[in-house]
Amino acid sequence: MKLKLKIWRQEDAQDQGGFQDYTVDGIDGDMSFLEMLDVLNNDLVNDGKEPVEFDHDCREGICGSCCLQINGEPHGPDRLITTCQLHMRKFNDGDEIVIEPFRATAFPVIKDLVIDRSSFDRIQHAGGYISVNTSGNTQDANSIPIEKEKADDSFYAATCIGCGACVAACKNASAMLFTSAKVSQLALLPQGEIEAHDRVLNMVHQMDKEGFGNCTNTGACEIECPKGISLENIARMNREYLSASVAG
Amino acid sequence: MSVLESKIPEGPIEKKWTKHKNEIDLVNPANKRNIDIIVVGTGLAGGSAAATLAELGYNVKTFCYQDSPRRAHSIAAQGGINASKNYQGDGDSDYRLFYDTVKGGDYRSREANVYRLAEVSGNIIDQCVAQGVPFAREYGGLLDNRSFGGVLVSRTFYAKGQTGQQLLLGAYSAMNRQINRGKIQAFNRHEMMDLVLVDGKARGIIARNLVSGEIERHSAHAVVLASGGYGNVFYLSTNAMGSNVMAAWRAHKKGAFFANPCFTQIHPTCIPVSGDLQSKLTLMSESLRNDGRIWVPKKEEDAKAIREGKLKPTELGEDDRDYYLERRYPAFGNLVPRDVASRAAKERCDAGYGVNKTGQAVYLDFKAAIERYGKEKAFTSGHKNPSEDEIIKLGEEVVESKYGNLFEMYEKITDQNPYKTPMMIFPAVHYTMGGLWVDYNLMTTIPGCYAAGEANFSDHGANRLGASALMQGLADGYFVLPYTIGDYLADDIRTGEISTDTEEFETAEREVKERIQKLFDANGKNPVDYYHKKLGKIMWNKCGMSRNEKELKEAMEEIKELRDDFWANVKLTGKAEAKNQELEKAGRVADFLELGELFAKDALERNESCGGHFREEYQTEDGEALRDDENYKFVSAWEFVGNPRDAKLHKEKLEFDNIELKTRSYK
Repeated sequence: MKLKLKIWRQEDAQDQGGFQDYTVDGIDGDMSFLEMLDVLNNDLVNDGKEPVEFDHDCREGICGSCCLQINGEPHGPDRLITTCQLHMRKFNDGDEIVIEPFRATAFPVIKDLVIDRSSFDRIQHAGGYISVNTSGNTQDANSIPIEKEKADDSFYAATCIGCGACVAACKNASAMLFTSAKVSQLALLPQGEIEAHDRVLNMVHQMDKEGFGNCTNTGACEIECPKGISLENIARMNREYLSASVAG
Repeated sequence: MSVLESKIPEGPIEKKWTKHKNEIDLVNPANKRNIDIIVVGTGLAGGSAAATLAELGYNVKTFCYQDSPRRAHSIAAQGGINASKNYQGDGDSDYRLFYDTVKGGDYRSREANVYRLAEVSGNIIDQCVAQGVPFAREYGGLLDNRSFGGVLVSRTFYAKGQTGQQLLLGAYSAMNRQINRGKIQAFNRHEMMDLVLVDGKARGIIARNLVSGEIERHSAHAVVLASGGYGNVFYLSTNAMGSNVMAAWRAHKKGAFFANPCFTQIHPTCIPVSGDLQSKLTLMSESLRNDGRIWVPKKEEDAKAIREGKLKPTELGEDDRDYYLERRYPAFGNLVPRDVASRAAKERCDAGYGVNKTGQAVYLDFKAAIERYGKEKAFTSGHKNPSEDEIIKLGEEVVESKYGNLFEMYEKITDQNPYKTPMMIFPAVHYTMGGLWVDYNLMTTIPGCYAAGEANFSDHGANRLGASALMQGLADGYFVLPYTIGDYLADDIRTGEISTDTEEFETAEREVKERIQKLFDANGKNPVDYYHKKLGKIMWNKCGMSRNEKELKEAMEEIKELRDDFWANVKLTGKAEAKNQELEKAGRVADFLELGELFAKDALERNESCGGHFREEYQTEDGEALRDDENYKFVSAWEFVGNPRDAKLHKEKLEFDNIELKTRSYK
């Protein structure tokens, strides 16, 4: 396959940035999208030009590093995958592909396609944990049985990889799906119930402070989420938030 | 007299750890506030150590090259975590977990460390549940278990195929709590470039800020390296693209001995290589071997027809299939340990029975499991005389509930439906048992420099059992290191803050900068990946699943030549003082080019086969590994003296007082 690429290039956070055109040749359908970019970068280095910087690490869809907006969609045209799991068989010879970083005020660009998602970390710092010491002197793991259904729901919420596709998909750049996944995971477990009120208030407060937008229930986040995190989590967080606010 | 002091406590094995904890020095809470600790790496070992040390009151600085601690490669571990809880009542115990781990490691690990690991394993599960880790549960609300290779009990706790992710997020949340309290300062997008020694003690690191390119000095009273393994020396592996040996190798060059570098785990169930431009390999969890049956065609001509696309695997009848693991190892069957399963696959493929276009793959088949589960399900749901199609439908549902995400992942990568046609798998480099030599306290041969998790060598011997890496990482970080480090730091309560404005830091920083400049000064002919791929080929072909004297010697020469060529001709672009991923890669590959040579030397000098180290010269008549306990019952700890090939060997003799040395048999 031969492809035309329109890629966002930006020297650093201060640079204004813009699109540049490239072509790559010899792309095989079994290659991943990032391997296609490896080919481009290898060509660029051979020509003495600076390669395109992009974040990636595990290349198996679990670390959440990769964050490319491909033809206007977070992680590209396929569903329930990260960019590294997108394969070139989804494209055709001669296609033009537009590649940008995820866009949001709270995700400033560092260079080219690399963005700063430390705002996500700060939301977690604000309360994404259970305040239990790591001494190992906790009670036996089986002393509190947990309904399988609740444990499963908690697990599904916990599969969020923190990539930011939900924010990139949202017209308001809202981080509600991300934040609600953590709030839900812990609120669904008896261990997390105790601090549930403080947790949801603190995490939502931090989310707002970081400059993420509000939720208007369009549901784009759920569709683009590589892990299929459900909108139900947002509803649950709203309930938690309301009851925490009333409880004062 | 060896310079290696393992510091194993006296007394019966089940009392050693308790006794040691009672006797080592402690630092009082007020003094901990005056002590700084650097933790490099934020995976299971580093993340859990950082959180616990901060909780105890130390000032912790963490470093990771990723943009967030949550992305460390522990996150990719799939199958589970072992613990001797014996919730299933199937006869498990600390001793049995200890026994399985020592045997699984082919009797090349340190008894006392492994027993301690088994002893604290139950605590890990308690701790994780208290932190909100959503493990799989049964309908009664209690925790579920499954079994893994090399053992006869069900002791593996899991969270679908994402156990590593859930445990890492648990450690990350414990870190976040401490970051929020101001006890951890997290330096993300930072890479350790060198270790700084003051008066022979580890007192800090030189780090590169990967965003600005700035070279920074950071001091501490102790440095913990939890920087993972070195599987990427093979270029293609299941490791993350950024996983590297830099932190451990820099420490090695400053005096930390490197132990058993040739002990590498080649995991049997990975998706086969598809093309030359492939950048990484993907693992399919070992848990699949609970239900999948591994086979190749019995007749060579069938294998050939399959490779040429003239025959489909589903067209082959039972009699034409060779379930070679069940044939060779009837007792353990498809659940033999990883090293045994990998070698058996290689043996069949080398003999011409491999499938896939390349001939480098075997089948992992779920047809029998689908039928079995389908019949069971039909029976329990009162469905009498179900048709073949109904059985398959019900069976597929059960298999989906167990392995759904893995099947999806396979289909996404290969574009084939594993419910309908058998999966193709082939071994790939996955984990490195070798690493920095540490004593019972997890301290390296540099005072004040510790190594935890995959970065150290201590617990897995020559082969690691499935679901034991997560156990070891968290045991080291939550329950071992936070105690043992106090013994060393007790002498530091009056030291005060370590200044970075000293000659030692100045020299280390200058050397790092010069090294970077040297990379830019090279002739500029070939990109970094060119060298990494070449190194990977040498390693895979000559230091991979089986090794021999001739090829290991060749590998040492070839790696040295490649390294010289790298420093003369590597091509870098961009600037040192800016974000530069090519420069990051170059620094890492430069270290792999040194480690690779030591790896080959270690494999060459270990004249026996054990665990993942298979020397063709040392095998039994039926092709099993032939250990030499008389001459090689030791840990090889290498001291750096200038060039990797000149490294000096120190031997730590291994004593086995609680377990009888046997030929490992899974037949």
